Amino acid sequence: MEFVAYATFFGTVALSYALITLGLNVQWGQTGLFNVGVAAFVAVGAYTSAILTTPATEGRIGGFDLPLPVGWLAAAAAAALLANLVAWLTIRLRADYLAITTFGVAVAVQLAVLNLTPLTGGPFGITFIPRPFGAWASDPALFGFANLALVAATVLAVYAVLECLARSPWGRILRAVREDETAAEALGKSPRRLRIQAFTVGGAVMGLAGAVQAHFVGFIAPENFLPTLTFQVWAMLIVGGSGNNRGAILGAVLVWAIWAASGALIGAVVPAELQARAASLQIVMIGLALCAILLWRPGGLLPDRPRRPRAR
Amino acid sequence: MNPQVFVDGIVAGSMIGLGAIGLTLVYSILRFPNFAHGELVTAGAYFALSLAALIGAAVGGTAPIGPFSFGWAIVLAALGAMVATAALALALDAVLFQRLRRRGAAVIIIVMASFGASLALRSGIEFVYTASPAYFTRELQIAMRLPGGLRVTPDQLAALALTAVLVVAVHLFVTRTAAGRAMRAVRENPALAALAGIDVDRTIRLVWVLGAALACAAGITAGLLIQIRPTMGFDLLLPLFAAAILGGVGSLPGAVVGGLVVGLGEALTVAFLGAEWRAGAAFMLLVAILVVRPNGLFGRAGG
Repeated sequence: MEFVAYATFFGTVALSYALITLGLNVQWGQTGLFNVGVAAFVAVGAYTSAILTTPATEGRIGGFDLPLPVGWLAAAAAAALLANLVAWLTIRLRADYLAITTFGVAVAVQLAVLNLTPLTGGPFGITFIPRPFGAWASDPALFGFANLALVAATVLAVYAVLECLARSPWGRILRAVREDETAAEALGKSPRRLRIQAFTVGGAVMGLAGAVQAHFVGFIAPENFLPTLTFQVWAMLIVGGSGNNRGAILGAVLVWAIWAASGALIGAVVPAELQARAASLQIVMIGLALCAILLWRPGGLLPDRPRRPRAR
Repeated sequence: MNPQVFVDGIVAGSMIGLGAIGLTLVYSILRFPNFAHGELVTAGAYFALSLAALIGAAVGGTAPIGPFSFGWAIVLAALGAMVATAALALALDAVLFQRLRRRGAAVIIIVMASFGASLALRSGIEFVYTASPAYFTRELQIAMRLPGGLRVTPDQLAALALTAVLVVAVHLFVTRTAAGRAMRAVRENPALAALAGIDVDRTIRLVWVLGAALACAAGITAGLLIQIRPTMGFDLLLPLFAAAILGGVGSLPGAVVGGLVVGLGEALTVAFLGAEWRAGAAFMLLVAILVVRPNGLFGRAGG
């Protein structure tokens, strides 16, 4: 019974990461846009939904007690807006400026959620975020399964939409722009506008993922959105295979499994006073894994294969 | 407004400028923004801390020099730490960046690798030295009074002097020596430079050595004036990038001026908005320069 409870919990968290990874895949895998501020877009989504759906709290702006779907949609919209602004500002410039700017956005968003205390609860974050199927909380097994099913359905829906987009004319032009910008431009396509659109779509998915995570955990604080989150998501996408949506999901589940297992191992083996130090070794491992894959298997586990025309 | 703000801004800005020179050199010659540059700053400070402890243990501690808070042990350790940081940068290039370059990897892949290296190095440093802050000395510094009610500690003046000497030295090196000319040639066109008989690999190694030594100097200064933490370099990364882009990527005087602007911006932010918004100043300056003048104040069009 305990195993089942843990498995549903693990599955829900892993799939919420898969959602973020899918968002990054639109930006990096399919368009080649480097986002070092993944945590910022996730945070904006999480906080937007939390502020809209929590019950009113004394001393805090927000707490509108709105229904959950409204919060999720608003989360995606807010993150999309931020992504659109960032893209509009930097995509006309060099590709590496986008990387630096998104890094700055992550710092700025972290600073904002930490210091806009009346809105975000400051360092203590927002508590009592309503959980989906809260009415069933008295039955932990049913509650866990219902949540897992909801997150899985969300991942599936986003996957289906993204696959559709990737196969659509829009997705094909996106690929063309990634592979050969000059040729795409010669065909009358505007690479700049396409890139902004792709960055916005990816941002929206990340914001939605942030909301999903916030509502599943029921509590958010600035320390949930540190650069480590960005690294984890990158490792997931690179391991799974960038450009491939199924690879993104597989990578997320796999990396999260390794992360959770090594965390559990450290918790069981390392004495309590050394655990903080051992946890930093866990992060060293993620960093080394990222570099090793870039060096030896740049395609990841499920590399992005060019789609062949179906008619033969 | 209290003119003390400007003193604090210029001191902070000179540290940012020191770090930004290395960043802008690597950025313009190897053509990628190195996200692991902040960790060179951190590693430099910790190398110096360990070496100073070793020297202190060997000779039984050294007394502070004159009005400063540090003794000869730290000065010697600083020189050793520069060598060690340069060795770290060369090792990082040999293991990671050079291989990716040889394979002809896209710039953005190298950026991502630097991102992974930054994470691994930072957490590795945290593993070895723990997350709690460390200090070079526990000496208290009495600030000197300057005309106009300004206060400045001897250590701050030493940091300003060190920055000025290093900046002038690097500028002369890059503009007046054969090795500096080789660096500029590789920046313009590596293939053509190789054709003209320049050893491109050697020049790249020189860039890393210079950049790492300056990053180390910035780390030691920051450690002396503030404190040493595993995240000190990472926290400095955004100001460094802002300074490099503000000054125009590849411009050494630009990096220093950019560093001073960012340092002053941070000091003004602290004065008007409060210390908790300090880190936002670099971001606002970065956004502003990207909107108004993406090539930077001293940058060349298309650079």
